[in-house]
Amino acid sequence: MTDYAAEKAVFRARGIERVYHMGDAEIRALRGVDLDLWAGEFVVLLGASGSGKSTLLNILGGLDKATAGELWYRGQNLTLADDAQLTLFRRRSVGFVFQFYNLIPSLTALENVQIVTEIVDQPMAPLEALRLVNLYERRDHFPAQLSGGEQQRVAIARAIAKNPAVLLCDEPTGALDSKTGILVLDVLEKINRELGTTTIVITHNATIANMADRVVRIGDGRIQDIQRNSHKQAPRELSW
Amino acid sequence: MAMRMLQVKLLRNLWQLKGQAAAIATVVAGGVAMFIMSFTVLQALRATQEAFYAQYHFADVFADVRRAPVSLERIADIPGIQQVEGRIVAPVNVRLEGFNEPITGRAVSLPDGGTGELNQIYLSAGQLPQAFSSDQVVISEAFAEAHKLRPGDKISAVIRGRMQALTIVGLALSPEYIYQIQPGAMVPDYQRYCILWLNHSALEAAFDMEGAFNTLSAQVAADTQVADIIERLDLQLKNWGALGAYDRSQQTSHMFLKQELDQLQVMATVMPAIFLGVAAFLLNVVAARLIRTQRDQIAILKAFGYSNIAIGRHYLTLVLLIALIGVVLGVAAGRELAVGLGGLYQEYYRFPWLLLELRLPTVASATAVTLAAALLGTLKAVYSAVSIAPAEAMRPEPPAIFGRTLLERAGFHKMHAPARMVLRNLERQPAKTLLSITGIAMSVAILIVSGFQKDAINYMIRVQFSLAEKQSATVQFFETESARAQFELASLPGVDYVEPLRNAPVVLRNGQWEYRTAIRALPENSQLNRILDKKLRQIPLRDGGLFLSDYLAKHLRLQVGDKVRVEFLDGARRQLDLPIAATIEDYVGLNAYMTIDSLSLYRPEKQAMEGALLTIVADQEKQVKDALLKIPQIAGVNFRSDIMESFRRTMDETLLTFTFFSVLLAGSIAFAVVYNNARIAFAERARELASLRVLGFSQAEVARILIGEILMLTLAAIPFGFILGYGFAAMIALGLQTEIYRVPLILSPSTFATAALVVVVATVLSTFIVIKKLRGLDMLRALKSAE
Repeated sequence: MTDYAAEKAVFRARGIERVYHMGDAEIRALRGVDLDLWAGEFVVLLGASGSGKSTLLNILGGLDKATAGELWYRGQNLTLADDAQLTLFRRRSVGFVFQFYNLIPSLTALENVQIVTEIVDQPMAPLEALRLVNLYERRDHFPAQLSGGEQQRVAIARAIAKNPAVLLCDEPTGALDSKTGILVLDVLEKINRELGTTTIVITHNATIANMADRVVRIGDGRIQDIQRNSHKQAPRELSW
Repeated sequence: MAMRMLQVKLLRNLWQLKGQAAAIATVVAGGVAMFIMSFTVLQALRATQEAFYAQYHFADVFADVRRAPVSLERIADIPGIQQVEGRIVAPVNVRLEGFNEPITGRAVSLPDGGTGELNQIYLSAGQLPQAFSSDQVVISEAFAEAHKLRPGDKISAVIRGRMQALTIVGLALSPEYIYQIQPGAMVPDYQRYCILWLNHSALEAAFDMEGAFNTLSAQVAADTQVADIIERLDLQLKNWGALGAYDRSQQTSHMFLKQELDQLQVMATVMPAIFLGVAAFLLNVVAARLIRTQRDQIAILKAFGYSNIAIGRHYLTLVLLIALIGVVLGVAAGRELAVGLGGLYQEYYRFPWLLLELRLPTVASATAVTLAAALLGTLKAVYSAVSIAPAEAMRPEPPAIFGRTLLERAGFHKMHAPARMVLRNLERQPAKTLLSITGIAMSVAILIVSGFQKDAINYMIRVQFSLAEKQSATVQFFETESARAQFELASLPGVDYVEPLRNAPVVLRNGQWEYRTAIRALPENSQLNRILDKKLRQIPLRDGGLFLSDYLAKHLRLQVGDKVRVEFLDGARRQLDLPIAATIEDYVGLNAYMTIDSLSLYRPEKQAMEGALLTIVADQEKQVKDALLKIPQIAGVNFRSDIMESFRRTMDETLLTFTFFSVLLAGSIAFAVVYNNARIAFAERARELASLRVLGFSQAEVARILIGEILMLTLAAIPFGFILGYGFAAMIALGLQTEIYRVPLILSPSTFATAALVVVVATVLSTFIVIKKLRGLDMLRALKSAE
């Protein structure tokens, strides 16, 4: 993974702006972001709250649309996509992991994975996904019977079961204690390494940046700097 | 200051919840309107009846005799009698140019130049006949309206076979004829029945009654035993051919009015109780769920330091405000509906005025019931909301505890995850699911109740007119006629078949229980007037016993095989004990039948017929009608087609209007309930559905999950609603059992189908609205925020 230029960009963002209107007030969440994300990368988007990092992630994932600028996903111009196309994009290409897991409480761990594998073309076997996150034994438990870390790992299994090209994680450890958080990060690292899934994690926790290939610092709606880690730390080596 | 901001929040919340608030207010308004309408009309009719009776001196006791001399002094001496008056009342035939149909008339004498002391008439137009005029007549207003007659117009009356031209001088209403129904009819037919008030002198001459009367009315002191007076009257009038004195309870108009008011009382109690009860229940459920969706806001208020009481008061005010809007709308709508319904009743109960007013106690009780329900539902929910620590309530709610559903445990594994979600959501909170289902079921039930009366009436019409009564026409003679009359009728062109009909006025007695009626005697195995058992099979009429309406047998505490004391009121006034041969299932009147042969045996001194039943060859009804009109002995003819027609018309105008109002109210309640359910289901699932959208589910796929849940609730509620509706209908049917009508518990498939259709349509419409909301579902917000 030395010659990035030789690899195709998964995402190519140019001049992305996002303006929210809250009544009369105008909030400029993104003020012109240029960014290329490459296949197989593990990228951490680092920024304080309100920096615009979540907005960027949401736009990348097709949950939100840019006010200005252009975004390509592997040659598809997402800026021009309508709701149905964005739905398909999310369905085929993106796996999401959220701070609050967003599992369906009425479905078991396995079924929470199945609900995604049912709607995509070439999914991973649901049990296989659970095995990857070390939750095979807990497959028949309902969310209420799982700890926070376990719930987040189910969420990761759900996200990767569709064999997505990219995994987008919004503060995946934000609601967890550090020990459990590291377990979750370990799973993310393993997925990235074994499946080659482009993984983007946003966090305000600078420690986590140490495990990334690249660290993108965001502040005030702009990219402040992009830094490449010469030495990636394993999640087990992290602590906060 | 703090409360001020809460009030602002209150108004904003109300605005934000306007869709649901409108639905809740509609439910409340529906229940309240039904309550206000029914009670206001009932009270108006009762108050008007009382006032009309008092101001126009409606008599307390009546007695019919053949012919009695005018000297009433000895009767006036009976202790307790305050006022007594003798009149001539006799059947006549009325002819009206341009209306070639038999019109039955009832001539009533007025003291020359006055209205008398008792049973005074209220002149709505014109004046009284001049003293000693013999051709001036006051006619009943209803008849005049039906034929657009005014003072100055002319009509003719056939009085004892002689045609007499009469000039209308006035139109009148009378407490004696508030409900104007001709003998043998089921409902008023103002085109074919007329009351004629003429001078006493004119009727004396026409009926050969100089110095005599044939009807006596008396007013008795308030503290008197009416039964004693009746006994004394019977004794004094025995020699004048008395048929037995009776009190108001046997007076036709009063009897109908009383029983109709009793029925209305049942309707006015049961229906609004059901409606208001359903509305209160729904309000309770909806208020509770509304507050549950505000869980996070409650937590924030608490975190700011608002006390539980302040928060409780805040939400209570919110719900009470919504309920109050419903009450105000309901009272206003109920009042309007009451005016409409009151006007309708006035068509059939001929009161000169209607004392319709919205009474405070009525409004107060409707308000109290509604607000109490709102209070109960809200307090419960607010209590559970404030009892959670604020920090906990602000955090995302822990995942709810789920298990596999009954259906899955029963072996249905091959379900898609969305289907599982729907099922488990419903099964996880059985109480909530049950409440939702009960709410929808209740709206199904009130729709069924609203259709019940129509079904029952249609059934009664079918039984009465196509199974029981086969005759095309029923003829009543003025006097009793010999058997020859039967053959004369049979020889009329167009008449197919004739059966004689005999009537014998009697009192049926079993110890302390008695009932005054007329035995109807028919040929053995009568082909025309069939009597039916419970399963609508014909019971062959045979000699040697009485066939009684089931309700009458029960009233007399008698069963088949028991003996009943029969006291004939005419002829030799014989008394004998006769066995009850069978009980009959009939819905109209309390009837007693026997064969003509038996009657002749028990009452040999009167060998004659009082009437006849005819069947008419198809297409010949007009000719037969014309021929019967020319026979002077005939006092009245009822054609089955006319009776059916007027019955249907009356039902269309009265009952169906009531039904229409109830369906309207029930429909809006049903819609509001279903809509609210859908909205709440949406609110509760918003976060979950947003997650699915993020995972790549399309709008249609997400909508299917929501629709699945909403639809499942409706489908589960429908059969439950059917059962509930049947129960409500049974309650009403039980309350409507009277001497005049027994309403059978009949519900047609179409009533069930309509009720189901209304809630299904309401579900589909609500779903559309919710799907529109789904488009606006903000995926990001649902993911970020805790619930």
